[in-house]
Amino acid sequence: MSDPMRIRATEKDGIVDVKILMKHDMESGQRKDASGKLIPAWFINMLNVKAQGKDVFNAEFGPGVSKDPFLNFKYKGSKGDKLVVNWIDTKGDKRTDEATVS
Amino acid sequence: MKFFLSILLTFAWFASPANAQQKPETPFNRMMKDSFRSQGIAGLDRIAQDATQRFCSNPQFAASPAGIKKAEELQKLNMATIAPPSDGQYLGDWKNGEAIAQSGRGYTWSDSASTPNGGGCYNCHQINQKEIAYGNIGPSLWNYGKNRGYSQELVSYTWNRISNSKAYNACSNMPRFAHFKILDQKQIQDVMALLLDPASPVNQ
Amino acid sequence: MSNPIVKQIKWISALTVLCWSLQVFSQSTADDIAKYREMIADGNPSELYEMAGEELWKKPAGPKNASLEKCNLGLGPGVVDGAAAQLPRYFKDTNRVQDLESRLMTCMQTLQGISSQSIIDAKFGEGPKKDMDAIVAYVVTHSKGKKVQVSTSHPQEKAMYEMGKQAFYYEAGPFDFSCASCHGSDGKRIRLQDLPNLTTRDGAIAGWGSWPAYRVSSGQFWTMQQRLNDCFRQQRFPFPIYGSDVTIALSMYMAKNANGGIIQTPGLKR
Repeated sequence: MSDPMRIRATEKDGIVDVKILMKHDMESGQRKDASGKLIPAWFINMLNVKAQGKDVFNAEFGPGVSKDPFLNFKYKGSKGDKLVVNWIDTKGDKRTDEATVS
Repeated sequence: MKFFLSILLTFAWFASPANAQQKPETPFNRMMKDSFRSQGIAGLDRIAQDATQRFCSNPQFAASPAGIKKAEELQKLNMATIAPPSDGQYLGDWKNGEAIAQSGRGYTWSDSASTPNGGGCYNCHQINQKEIAYGNIGPSLWNYGKNRGYSQELVSYTWNRISNSKAYNACSNMPRFAHFKILDQKQIQDVMALLLDPASPVNQ
Repeated sequence: MSNPIVKQIKWISALTVLCWSLQVFSQSTADDIAKYREMIADGNPSELYEMAGEELWKKPAGPKNASLEKCNLGLGPGVVDGAAAQLPRYFKDTNRVQDLESRLMTCMQTLQGISSQSIIDAKFGEGPKKDMDAIVAYVVTHSKGKKVQVSTSHPQEKAMYEMGKQAFYYEAGPFDFSCASCHGSDGKRIRLQDLPNLTTRDGAIAGWGSWPAYRVSSGQFWTMQQRLNDCFRQQRFPFPIYGSDVTIALSMYMAKNANGGIIQTPGLKR
């Protein structure tokens, strides 16, 4: 059971600034634990953001993205837009959270 | 009267030099005893202070005229514990010395007893100019030998300083590397070479 | 002009330009670092802990199946706003001076029936301590931007401050370190890590006012208790028990020294 994302989105002059904080260990698969064993890779690899049902952002993350990733992007939109953010990770775990543009 | 006398005597007994080692059960001492537990190689015995540590824990007294006198006593005491190298060799291998200076390992509760300790020298000192990640708690040691010459006097002084810095300054911030067996003789010889071998990068 | 003088002038002007550009370089590096910090402060993962903490504050838990919404952090039952800014303080019901974490343990024990020992024994960042991290993040966020306002008017508060000061200067262990060895004067630095002088107002607020914090290098959220714990580890001391009096006394010492300074927690660190 994954932890909720923190989503903030504000609109100004027709541009919405979206900031998303995700809680995820994002193991690259390159790190070793205290005994010297490789910690298996486990990271968010697909991310999708829809505004009012339409795709506004799509991403494929690789193992280089750091723990607890922070994402910031802009799109053309309005106040009151309903945002749906969802991600899938390499284990098939999913997370969906919603927010409204203020 | 008897009661008052017994109180006075108890007080005098505690205050007498013979019992100066006995720790009075002040709220502070009790707090220090109760607030810690042993973990890994770090035992509760580490809370007990020696005379130098006790003295330096009171900076106000240490700065007073009486304190300055006491500091000289403690410096002599610390000096008396220093031993020269058993094989007469003051300088070892500066390459090892650099590794020892870089390593901050050892003596914490997360270190194992078998891990060789480092000197942690770069934590406080600039040494080889090529290393930019250095601290400023101690003076720069760049060109240590080159600037001071390579006399036997300097070599002995440096040996003593690393072994027990409090022989020269009772409240020096520098750990007493030989006194507390943080570094062994060979390690100190290697660090000495880092500073005093004319071929060391520190003296170029 | 003769050759040696020209050479000298060229040499001096080259040196001047070098020094000036080095200064500009180091100033612009410092500016860039400040800009970078501003940028990443926007996405401080501490906010994730704060969100989790708010849920834990409101969720019934423990054998008594109760929430923490009646927890008294010094400003009345359930009052979180500004509470952290006034801790540590004396509490009548426990008759002792407590910091945030020990006080939260009291609330969890009395309101929820959760044993303090299980929290004390847990490893940092795991199990009950992980929940504690989140609740601490939640509480301190409600003092962000406020001034530290710690009192020593109660005799136990004053005593705790004095013991904290004594503990601060207490040298021990195989390295002869006290807190003062690193944090007792201005301008000190270990490797490239600047050390605040905790005996002055400015240094104290830099230290006390920036923990708890999310550490980017390890991806961990550290509370003040964890920061103190790791200090003692590096001092080569034995293990300070979680929420013990020495940790509260040192907190009292730092907080009072920081009085009037602005709280920045939860912070973001390298």
